[in-house]
Amino acid sequence: MAGASMKDIKLRIKSVESTMQITKAMQLVATSKLRRAKERMESSKPYASVSRQAIMAAAARCTDQSVPFIHPREEKRRCYVVIAGDRGLAGGYNANVFKLVAAHSEGSNYCVLPLGRKAIDKYHRMGIESLSDDYSRVEGMTVGQCYGIARMLIENYLEEKFDALYLVYTSFKTMMTQDAEAEQLLPVPDAPEEETAKPVDTVYELEAGETLQMVMPDFLAGRIYSALCDSYASEVASRRSAMDSATKNAGEMISDLRLKYNRARQGAITQEITEIVAGAEQ
Amino acid sequence: MANFHLQIVTPDRLVFDGQAEKIILRTVGGDACILARHIDYAAPLGIGVAKVTDDQGNTRQAACNGGMLSVSNGEVRVLATTFEWEDEIDLTRAENARDEAQQQLEKLQKSDHDFACVEAKLKRALTRIQTKG
Repeated sequence: MAGASMKDIKLRIKSVESTMQITKAMQLVATSKLRRAKERMESSKPYASVSRQAIMAAAARCTDQSVPFIHPREEKRRCYVVIAGDRGLAGGYNANVFKLVAAHSEGSNYCVLPLGRKAIDKYHRMGIESLSDDYSRVEGMTVGQCYGIARMLIENYLEEKFDALYLVYTSFKTMMTQDAEAEQLLPVPDAPEEETAKPVDTVYELEAGETLQMVMPDFLAGRIYSALCDSYASEVASRRSAMDSATKNAGEMISDLRLKYNRARQGAITQEITEIVAGAEQ
Repeated sequence: MANFHLQIVTPDRLVFDGQAEKIILRTVGGDACILARHIDYAAPLGIGVAKVTDDQGNTRQAACNGGMLSVSNGEVRVLATTFEWEDEIDLTRAENARDEAQQQLEKLQKSDHDFACVEAKLKRALTRIQTKG
């Protein structure tokens, strides 16, 4: 009996060891991808922040009521651009994004534009209308594709398929913390107090409203691209730490099982000796 | 000459961040030259050659396409869709793009939906070639 349990434990150890090899390999892959992802994230940030300021300044200046991007209309339907991962095994990365969308959209009628395989699958299952299922790979998404997304969103917005546009992504804070965040893209939100306080005497080559209409696709594409890079870096970082703790857990499990195995072995030997001694005494 | 702080950014990178003396850009209203102490200004960009003179007096050319120019409080920011210095341009690729666009244009009518797209493509290719030449 002791022999069988020894064999069982040995098998367990083997299987945990191979799991550990996988988690360790995934951790290494994530670590090496993380460096490039972080660089890409850093270089995509300036455009998004500078264009956001410029758009808000132009929006604050624009008095033309016919420009559809700045004046909120009655909100019948929202659209969420949801950026999740292509794969799982990244801790709470995907779940956090979906949770935030669910909380943010509560009580409203909405459609989604899922980016990443996991997001597409999720909204398919939930039966929520999706604008496009074409963007199933977040990892290699190019600026050109983001322009495609931006043009499609603007077209749909102008056709009044939705009246407000939100972006839900994961913001990379540090290697250890990544938070899901929601941001309003359309209509352009008002600039924060301190920025509107200063007088606006900017000379516009075209009317502020016209400028806004021309630059809107650039702004959206830049913002989405930057959020994608941010999310991807977060995904890799979160996978890295998830795999790190999985590897640690596997190590703990193995040492635990080793102890049990040795105990079982000792028990078996003791029993055998007792049996022999008992046999000799008779 | 007086210098100003210039930032040139595209969605995927920070192209230039530093002191500059002068920048000439093609806006939708024609070429614009920005010097230090320019009034606050904003304009959408067209497709054209950009010339940047840095604080050492060196002038570099680049092919600039789309986006926006913004001057506020003496800070000059160029938000371009693409911005390539002359040494980064792939001439054969630009020439291929030009030939392809020209062939497509011959088949299209001015009223076609794609006409403007192809025309912009041709313009981009021509600007690249001009920048390089």
